Amino acid sequence: MNALAEGPEVSALRAMTLIVRRELRLSFRRPEQVLQPLVFFLIVTTLFPLGLSLQLSLLRDMAPGVLWVAALLSSLLSLDSLFKSDADDGTLDQLALSGQSLTAIVVAKTAAHWLVSGAALVLVSPLVGIALGIPVSVFPTMLGSLALGTLSLSWLGAIGAGLTVGLKRGNVLVSLVVLPLAMPLLIFGAGATDRAAAGISSAGALYLLGSLCVFTCTLAPFAAAAALRITLE
Amino acid sequence: MDSPPQSLTVEKIHVWRGDRHVLKGVSLALGPGELLQVAGPNGTGKTTLLRVACGLLRPEQGRVAWCGHPIAGIRPQFQSALVYAAHEPALKGDLTALENLRYLVGLKRSIRTTELEAALERTGVAACAHLPVRVLSAGQRRRVALARVLAMQSPLWMLDEPFTNLDAAGSALVTDLLREHVSAAGMALVVAHHEIALSARLRRLELPG
Amino acid sequence: MWTWFYRLASPPYVYRTAAALTPWLMTVAVIAIVCGLIGGLGFAPPDYQQGDAFRIIYVHVPSAYMSLFCYSAMAVAGAIGLIWRIKMSYALAAATAPVGASFTALALVTGSLWGRPMWGTYWAWDPRLTSELILLFLYAGVMSLRPAFEDPARGDRAAALLSIVGFVNVPIIHYSVQWWNSLHQGATIAKIGKPSMPGSMLWPLLTMLLGFMCFYGAVVCMRLRGEVLNRERQSAWVREAIKS
Repeated sequence: MNALAEGPEVSALRAMTLIVRRELRLSFRRPEQVLQPLVFFLIVTTLFPLGLSLQLSLLRDMAPGVLWVAALLSSLLSLDSLFKSDADDGTLDQLALSGQSLTAIVVAKTAAHWLVSGAALVLVSPLVGIALGIPVSVFPTMLGSLALGTLSLSWLGAIGAGLTVGLKRGNVLVSLVVLPLAMPLLIFGAGATDRAAAGISSAGALYLLGSLCVFTCTLAPFAAAAALRITLE
Repeated sequence: MDSPPQSLTVEKIHVWRGDRHVLKGVSLALGPGELLQVAGPNGTGKTTLLRVACGLLRPEQGRVAWCGHPIAGIRPQFQSALVYAAHEPALKGDLTALENLRYLVGLKRSIRTTELEAALERTGVAACAHLPVRVLSAGQRRRVALARVLAMQSPLWMLDEPFTNLDAAGSALVTDLLREHVSAAGMALVVAHHEIALSARLRRLELPG
Repeated sequence: MWTWFYRLASPPYVYRTAAALTPWLMTVAVIAIVCGLIGGLGFAPPDYQQGDAFRIIYVHVPSAYMSLFCYSAMAVAGAIGLIWRIKMSYALAAATAPVGASFTALALVTGSLWGRPMWGTYWAWDPRLTSELILLFLYAGVMSLRPAFEDPARGDRAAALLSIVGFVNVPIIHYSVQWWNSLHQGATIAKIGKPSMPGSMLWPLLTMLLGFMCFYGAVVCMRLRGEVLNRERQSAWVREAIKS
């Protein structure tokens, strides 16, 4: 009998499904962790009209940018819950020792995280769109750009969260680390919505955003897993 | 067969934590049916040694080998053969004991609920199976963590202070589990302060202060 | 050949070599910068469109180039450290970071000063300057991450990973800012293009670039020695070096 075992008898896909189910179950048991970033999103959006101007026409011009900045900031806020709780109670060690590839684990956790943060944001965004005066015809572009953007942001955020989990004041550092990397997303996402609002074709911007999303989705998990390995030591 | 028997070897590892030279050329070897207790005063690197042995921490020098192969190259196989119980019970407070077990053990083995319930029964917390872990006492959480160790059915156990928060009955349980495991040709690397009441096949490694 | 590579990684060797190189690099740097400045400020003819204001490119362009070069050097040093686990590589990355950030800041300031006569304002979100600003933020991220870890070895590795991720992003950021700017072409914004360069304008620029490179080399050697001493302070050779 070969003393060296074969490796986990559970396939990577099955393990990832298990992790997604675990994450979703945990999120549903703590709904406030899901709702708080959404409320933050709404609050930040309100800050802009209060701080700038009530003129609806001006607001409409700025609306895509305001929406996107608010989405960016509230996504950052929700990043805290990606790895921190697992790192604090020692479950992250167990995941790292499960025999599954850490990259697959990161993919599963980030995907589940996006479902309860980014996807929730996309669902709430029409409310914000109406409040900021974005015409309803622009909504498909807005929703599409937000979906792609929040997805990419989750991946970038996973890298930032992986690097800073366990640090004191880690959430300030996460913002410092992730925001410059997220600027292209903001440019293309808000740009796409802007163009749609102006009646010009936003296809180009959406394609760019899409390719950025694919690029991030393929490379970021490896970087995030590497970041976690550095943290675990 | 000519494949080497299951064995864990740690050869001359050095680890620095910042400026502190925590582990200075520590070596150990563990074979089937052996229990090695790592002892020493606080801060001598017992937990660090365990983490190096699991592969979570890479030493500056030295290597860890499983069945003669360096663990870096055989990570999935090595991790399937081992179960690590850290000082913290590694349980999510919002999940029930059963769910905690399922979501961790289920990553390594396809396991049925009945097997998980049996493990919880063995460690005396069957009643807690459907309770969220955050309502359990520290001792009960430790027992749930032990149930996880049992349910993994791995040949190599790495336990960091398994007697923490347990009463006399709990300590006797841990000792019994270790005895059964070792008698069934399992191996265990245990960090523990006090005496483990297993005379046969128990070796000690004292880490110098 | 590998022994040479590993000798390169030995701290006492790095310490001595850096000490030996510093005066040479600094001398070349000073000479080159002085020549470049004389050539640029004195000899090069005034630009047809911009008059004498364009002369600031003799500081701006080399700084901008060096800011990117330093980031690349930092990322490569980080990658070498992560892949081959060479501690001196991390020391080099740590030594380079503030120098690169300073070049970036210098590029921003000189770019802004250049913009004043052109745009009438000190800052107008020109795409190149905006990219430089984002680069400064990337530097800030790496420089804040390293000291945040209690264990300096982990801080080095984390900073190395971040600089590699940033390095991959730099072309993306650059392109996206160009795209963004093409959407919002204001009438007042004139792009800071490189003027077409006759030889008399070009050689001072290249000389300044050489000077900046050597200056970078000299400063990094000095900082590297400090880093090496700090990181190896427990070892015997450092105690000997301090005693003597």
